[in-house]
Amino acid sequence: MKKGLVAFALLLALALLPFAASNMVVFATMVMAKGLAVLGILVLLRADQVSFGHAMFFAAGAYTAAFLTAAWRDIDLILLLVATLAVTGIAGLLIGVFVTRYRGIFFGMINLAFSMVLYSILEKAFHITGGSDGLRIRRPTLLGFEFSRSEFDLVMFYVVLAVAAACCVLVGRYLLSPLGQALRAVKTNETRVEYLGLSAKSVLLTGYVISAMLCGLGGVLMGLVQGLASPEHAFWSRSAELVFIAVLGGQGHIAGAFAGTLVFEWVRTSAAALLDDSWQLILGVTLIAIILWAPGGLIQLWHRLAGRRTSSDRTGSESGVAE
Amino acid sequence: MTMNIAALALLDGLAYASLLFLVAVGLTLIFGVLGILNVAHGSLYAIGAYATATLGQWLVAQGFNPWLTFPGMIVAAVAVGVLLGGLIERLLLQRIYSKDPVLQLLVTFAVFMILENLQRMIWGVQPYFMSTPLTVLGNVRLLGINYTAYQVLFLPAAALVVLFTLRYFLRHTNMGAQILAVTEDREAATAIGINASRVYFMTFVIGACFAALGGALATPTTSLVTGMGANMIVLSFAVAATAGLGQIEGAAISALIIGIARSFAVYLSPEIEVIMPYLIMVLVLLVRPNGLFGKETVRKI
Amino acid sequence: MSGHDQGQPLLQAEGLKLRFGGIIAADGINLSLFPGEHLAIIGPNGAGKTTFLNICTGYLKPNAGRVSVGGQEITGRPPRRITRMGVARAFQIPQLFTEQTVLENMLLAGSIRERRWNLLRRLDGIPGRAEMEHLLDLVGCADVRNRLASELPEGKRKLVDIALALALKPKVLLMDEPTSGVASADKFGVMETLMNALREAHVSSVFVEHDMEMVKLYATRVAVWAQGIIQMTGEPEVVLNDPDVIRNVIGN
Repeated sequence: MKKGLVAFALLLALALLPFAASNMVVFATMVMAKGLAVLGILVLLRADQVSFGHAMFFAAGAYTAAFLTAAWRDIDLILLLVATLAVTGIAGLLIGVFVTRYRGIFFGMINLAFSMVLYSILEKAFHITGGSDGLRIRRPTLLGFEFSRSEFDLVMFYVVLAVAAACCVLVGRYLLSPLGQALRAVKTNETRVEYLGLSAKSVLLTGYVISAMLCGLGGVLMGLVQGLASPEHAFWSRSAELVFIAVLGGQGHIAGAFAGTLVFEWVRTSAAALLDDSWQLILGVTLIAIILWAPGGLIQLWHRLAGRRTSSDRTGSESGVAE
Repeated sequence: MTMNIAALALLDGLAYASLLFLVAVGLTLIFGVLGILNVAHGSLYAIGAYATATLGQWLVAQGFNPWLTFPGMIVAAVAVGVLLGGLIERLLLQRIYSKDPVLQLLVTFAVFMILENLQRMIWGVQPYFMSTPLTVLGNVRLLGINYTAYQVLFLPAAALVVLFTLRYFLRHTNMGAQILAVTEDREAATAIGINASRVYFMTFVIGACFAALGGALATPTTSLVTGMGANMIVLSFAVAATAGLGQIEGAAISALIIGIARSFAVYLSPEIEVIMPYLIMVLVLLVRPNGLFGKETVRKI
Repeated sequence: MSGHDQGQPLLQAEGLKLRFGGIIAADGINLSLFPGEHLAIIGPNGAGKTTFLNICTGYLKPNAGRVSVGGQEITGRPPRRITRMGVARAFQIPQLFTEQTVLENMLLAGSIRERRWNLLRRLDGIPGRAEMEHLLDLVGCADVRNRLASELPEGKRKLVDIALALALKPKVLLMDEPTSGVASADKFGVMETLMNALREAHVSSVFVEHDMEMVKLYATRVAVWAQGIIQMTGEPEVVLNDPDVIRNVIGN
């Protein structure tokens, strides 16, 4: 209950953000959009699987918006979201059927291979994909209304906020449901999962499809905010970033996905000029530091600082703001 | 497709496969012994290449005999492998041998990010070239085609030398025997007095040297660009996974399959060139989930 | 499944052969389990008794021979499909979900049995919860239900492992040294409760056992496994008093 109240207060505060700090709106929108993709990575981390290729679904989301807005002038945003869910859901299913045969190293690397294939297709087939310049994404309508550039930013903020809030609740529910809990069972004892009569592969496949759709949503929303779909979205370093943020935020916590993204994007934007040349270097060093000295990530650090190592840290039966 | 093009594709493929093998064999060796997939392997390849180019260009600019670029390649590769490989193993990997495999993967991935960045800081984003070894060796006529001797003779010969030296080293030397013993059963090996930590160090450095050597030998025929490391790690993984992770001789065969298939794709349908290695990997893994030569392991319950 | 014919074995192995390298684990095993039976398998260590359970549940594929459940051949099917046919298994080394609580372990087993996959319904709110708590009570683990499975002492882990198998409401339960690891003072009490629970639920069982006292008390039939074949089967009092068996199996 207490967590529900905190979440509600947070949502309310965010909803008021445009009135308090209108210059932060686009930044907050992008953080939330990217946070959705990180949430996708988090779902797989529950089963101890790391994908180094999930940016492919992010890119798939952005390109879906690019193709659809180019084909239909007055397409509605809702339709774009539904189409993205369908495209990334199906892509996740097709790729997932293959990659969920594998665990650990193979899982991570084969995902990476798939994403590099997509990247080179996006880059090479420029008649269709615009090559390395990418494709523009036109502004869609929302429920039939058209918006100007500045209005659209505000609209996107609320859309992304609503989508992110809904996804937090739904993913939180999913992780607590039998199939979500089974992800963790797959992590600790796959043999027993099979011996209870459940296919570990289908547990993982469900998680994979959900995580692909979350990355797709993140991609389509990010694409709409930036007005661009580019092959860069599918590049391996993007996938690495998502994994990095998930680990930074703290494995297994929904709040961690967004907190991690916020810190990550904040450091990057505020120090961009200073650190541009050494950005990956810093990420790499930080990642190693987290793994060696703070494996629980930001969320655990927060709990430790606040001096309330709750039992949920140990049993993990609760998962962040969703309650 | 004429015979000429087929022969050309075959020779191209052979040269390419030799390089692939050099990199993949290091990756697979390290995995076989340490159980770690070193994602930073691709960076060692790239840095080996850049170091070779820098050293080679310097040698030529100083007016040394151009043949010196050959030992130069080896010097650069060994320097990169020993220095970087040694540092990575001593400073980082030693701390994570007991950790969860996913965390190990993340750590080598982090090293990869760091090295990619360092490489860009040192050598910039402009392409590098150093084709002296290619020119001094000249051309030969093979299967009715003029081809550079470097690619059709030197590279395959280098790959074979590495393969047979490694085989000999593992089967007939004391250190090799220790490496094999640790691979088979770490606990039993430590129990009979083998220093596992030394074996890990040696293996990692040797593997890193192979990656750098692959890069060094690739320098004369490739233009060095950022991103070559990222491409190579996935490619060499594809080769190693197709063979079965840890399979050394198998890696030679799958490098040949993938190398030749790719160069045929270049001539027949260039669109699928990039996809070819992964296509082969996916097809092989669909039929044999542990690779062509890998064995299935059953957990005791 | 056509399990109504009393003459039909629940589980039947015919001509099973399996060798690992030079070791022959099974060299033509014929063994059947009939409804209501509690079959003990005894034999020297490393004779292949666990291998038999692994083959029957699909974890290992035999080189030759066939296994059937209720008259239907299942050789080579994966463990999950055999489990769904009513053959549950408990392990010598407990196989638990170590990062979850004991109750969560049980609830997972319960929802897998019922195949309830509503993605929005919490695991701890599933309808079978009371039944799972009852099962934990039955095996004497109700007091640790909110502890992480990894924190339990060996004996309790073993019991939770059996409870997980029972949660599936199987027709046949295969157990690998069910009370090894349980403190010796509790062994008979635990086995007594367990066998009562099995009889009450009409579950037949196969159990690999080294404790002859246990075999004498709870087995309805005994099979002696040595050198990859079944040397003898029969009533416990007959088999356990056989001079050959005493010399080769019990004697050491």
